[in-house]
Parts: sequence; C-alpha cells; structure tokens
Amino acid sequence: MRLTAEEEAMLTGRLGEAPRRALEQQLAVGRFFGAEDFVPVASVHLAADAEAMREAGVRSLEEMVAVGATARVTTTLNPRSVDFAHAEQLGQEPHYIQLEQRILAAMERLGALPLNTCVNYQIVSQARFGEHVAWGDTGTVIWANSFAGARSNFEAGPAALHAAITGRVPRYGYHLPEQRLGTTLVRVREAPRSGSDWGALGCHAGRLVNDYWQVPVFVFDNPAHPEGPQPHADHLKQFGAALASYGSLAMYHVVGLTPEARTLGEAFGGRSPRRDLEVAPGTLERTYATFQPEQDAVDVVVFGTPQLSLHEFRDLARLFAGKRVHARTRVFLTTSDAVKALADQLGYTRVVEDAGATVLTGVCYYIMTARELAERHGFRTLLTDSAKLANIVAGYGYNPVFRSSEECVAAAVRGAFADSVDSGEVTR
Amino acid sequence: MTPDRPPDAELRTTPGVGPRVVGEAIVSRHGFSARYDLDRERGVFSREAHDLFGESLVGKVLVCDTAKGGIATSWMLLDMATRDVAPLAILFRTTNPVMVQGAVLAGLPMLHRLSPDPIETIRTGDRLEVDPAAGTVRVWRAAAASETTR
Repeated sequence: MRLTAEEEAMLTGRLGEAPRRALEQQLAVGRFFGAEDFVPVASVHLAADAEAMREAGVRSLEEMVAVGATARVTTTLNPRSVDFAHAEQLGQEPHYIQLEQRILAAMERLGALPLNTCVNYQIVSQARFGEHVAWGDTGTVIWANSFAGARSNFEAGPAALHAAITGRVPRYGYHLPEQRLGTTLVRVREAPRSGSDWGALGCHAGRLVNDYWQVPVFVFDNPAHPEGPQPHADHLKQFGAALASYGSLAMYHVVGLTPEARTLGEAFGGRSPRRDLEVAPGTLERTYATFQPEQDAVDVVVFGTPQLSLHEFRDLARLFAGKRVHARTRVFLTTSDAVKALADQLGYTRVVEDAGATVLTGVCYYIMTARELAERHGFRTLLTDSAKLANIVAGYGYNPVFRSSEECVAAAVRGAFADSVDSGEVTR
Repeated sequence: MTPDRPPDAELRTTPGVGPRVVGEAIVSRHGFSARYDLDRERGVFSREAHDLFGESLVGKVLVCDTAKGGIATSWMLLDMATRDVAPLAILFRTTNPVMVQGAVLAGLPMLHRLSPDPIETIRTGDRLEVDPAAGTVRVWRAAAASETTR
C-alpha cells in the first residue's frame, strides 16, 4: 500500500507504540482486500462489549491503552452487555459486570464517548453525504452508506479501535465509488407500513442477497400505492438492520428515496443488474410466518433492536397504556440513556413500567449474555418486533418469533400467542 | 504433517492473512458467524438451522460459504483462540472485513475467493495445508490418506 509520510512515521513507531500496532493490523487488512492507500475518517463508532470480547479482548484493549492509545477522531461506543442499574437484579454474572467496568475505564483513557448506543446516527453522529467514517455495528454502517450517503465498511471492534488510534482506514470496499453501485434489482410488489414490516422486507431480501459485496436496489412497484413508499426514518432503521443482519449487507438503494439512487440508472451506474428479484404480494406475511412458536406461552418479549427511538418508545407507551403484562412473561425495552431521559420527562417510561415492562439503557438484548439469561430465567420462546433480534437469538438457544409491535404487546399481556388460551390470570 | 504423496487437489487465490497450517477440514454449505452460530464456550455449532449443528470446529479448518451477520466475530476469534476453542483456519468462498479484521487480531489463517470452489472440492475429513502467504490450499483426500497410513 502507498503510505503518506505520517503513515510511515506511524509504522516505524516514531509516533508511538499504539499507532504502530494499529497501523500494522490495518495494513494487513488493507492488503487482503487490495487497498491502494488509506483514507482519513471523520468519526469512529466502536463496538466493544464484554460478551464478545471476554477476558482476551478486554486485555488486548487494555494493552493498547497501556502503550498510550488515544482517539484522534470523535469515537462513540456501541451498547455494552450490562445495564449497571439492572445487571444484578437480572442475575447477570458479576464477571461480565467487572469486564464492562474495565472496558469503561480503558475507553475513558482512550478518549471514547461511552454513549453505548447502536443508533449513534439518530442521537449524536449525523454523518454527512460523502464523508468517510469508520463505524462498527452493521446497522450503523448500512445507515451511513445508504441513508446518509457517507462511506464506511463494517469496522468491527478491533478495526474501529485501530481507526480511532490512527484516524484512518484502508481505502477499499464502500470507500470506493464503484463498490457503491447496485448489483441486484429487487422489485417490491408489497407495501410495508410499519417498522416491523420494513424489518420483514429486509429479512426476506437479506436471505436472498447475502453477500457483503452485493448492493440491492429496491424499486417499489405496487399499483395500490402509486405514490411509492413513505417510510419514517425509524422504518428504514429496521430495514437496514435486517438487511445487514440477514444478508451481512453494508449498503442498499431505494430508487427515489436514498441519496445515491435518484434514478434507477444512477443506482446501477449504467451497469445491468446481475440479478433481478421480485418480492411478490403476500411476502411480508409469509416472512413473519417463517418464525413459529414451539409453545403457546410467551417467555420473554423484547423491543429495541436497534435501540428504541423516542417515537418508537412513544408508540409502545400508547400500546401498553392501561395494560398489564402477564405474570409468566417478561418484557424488556432497550434504549439509549438519551432517549430514556426524554421518555422519563414525557411520561412514557412510567406508562410502560406501570404495565410491568422493564426499561434497560445502554444495552441491546442479544449482547446481554443472552444464553446465560435464558438458562437463568428459563427463557426459550422470545417474541420481538425486531427481525434482526429474531435472527441473532436463534444462535443463543432461543425459539424466536417475529411479529408486529401490536401483536407483541397483545401477546405480552396474554402471556400467550393464542387469544383463547389462559386469559384468566393477569395479576402479578 | 502433510501426507508423503502429492496432493489430490490444489486451490489458489490472492494472499491471505495468518501463518501456514496443516489440519483437517470441516465443510459447510452455510455461512458463518461466531455470534449467530456458535456456543463459544465449547466451539460447537449451536444454531439449530445450521448444517453443522452440534459439530465442533475446534482445531479444524472451517470451509464455508460466506461471512454472516455482524461485527462480533472479530473479538470472538481472539477470545476463542486464547481459550483453545478456535478453528485452525477459515476458508470462505467470500469473506467480509469483519472476519479478516478478527483473523488479523487473533493470528488466524484466512483465505477467500479460492479456485476451484472450496466447498465443491474439499470434503469434511480431508487433510489440508493452508498457506496464506502463497495463497494456496493443498488437499489430501481423507480415504486415500488412511490407506497410505495402513
């Protein structure tokens, strides 16, 4: 790779041991993908949770900080594995709480902002069009590339740490204009209306187009809705998170909606699609139906993957108002400290807590030592309105069921999927 | 140790990352994510829908389709390598940045875009020599290998 004088200085260690180690690893990744040089980044979003890192990862982070690592650019942190205020009560192992405290201490020395949110783009870091960033958590990356027109590869925890230290990343993949062009045409003859509907569409398309280097281009063609889709930003949050989860995709276009796809021609850069897919009417319903409960009882209901926005929190408060969660079912809402503070102020928190739900901040359910929670609380059937969460928890020994927010709330109140079964006992 | 005879097949690609290793293959037609698919305590596939459900990848060369899911596998490969429950190497049809970033951190050999297709060429139990610097994978068939050792 071609290096600038500053990068040469980093590599020889003249700028310190931490930049030397960081750049060395970045070079190995860059060479693997044929990068010709590095590109400076405006911000870093770093995922460093105890569940993924464990002792070895935390130690490697501490070693990097011990040799003087500091963040050269604004660095925000993704959710952690514990909400310190609830961890003990949930029975999470003290070991993970201690690891998270060590991560927090190391991040403070690094100079990273411990915001612990996976929706940095909704709360603190609005990447601008054309800006190069080094974001991790795939949901943030697909948002940056597709919605904002910023440029990022998936920068996983270690890579985002290195980017924070050197202020740059190898220039390959989604930093290059040609990689951002569409490869697959997806004609949608459906009309997603809610966040979960958009999640279902992302789930379906991600299952069909599951390769990091592919870029699906969505064209909405539904005679019943000639005006085309009018999604809220929260809907596209679910859409992108699902595409990134099921397809490991880093970018999509929606013609007429996303900034690099004003026309079909622009989305494909004049090339022909390599594949042409159709999403037939009824696909969303069939996608929900691919998640089937093994039992009628609902063990746990989770909202907030990615973390709830204020609007999503408000909508859930409306659904839970005056209701009571069934005694055998646990309900968790996960969000950021920022949104929780507003929800407190606006009274939404009280409504959902009065209904029997638990609000957790700075976390995301699948990062919260989900296997241990399942064993401790006997959770098996997990109901959620997040297509992404339904995908991930299947690996943690759960029977995931993905439904609309309304169905999730109704089932939480019944403690069951079916209307008729065991509707008697509703007190705690 | 590689068998004392010419390989049955050789696959080639651009240089990968990590050291040269020799070991036994475990082949999947599915993708891979340590967070989505594994019980990382034991290095065993725990996703019920995965074609390697219940199988261990510890010390084996995992041959699979593509990188699945999110970013967590990067930290997880280091954790697994430190606790001796990591695969010996991973060969993808197509990988993504997360896997390579994790492989570099963990010192794990990784290659992708091999020709001919590794999933069609390599079978579970085959003996492999993975040489990332050269961008080659040499294959000795399991059945033939056991005949020569008899």
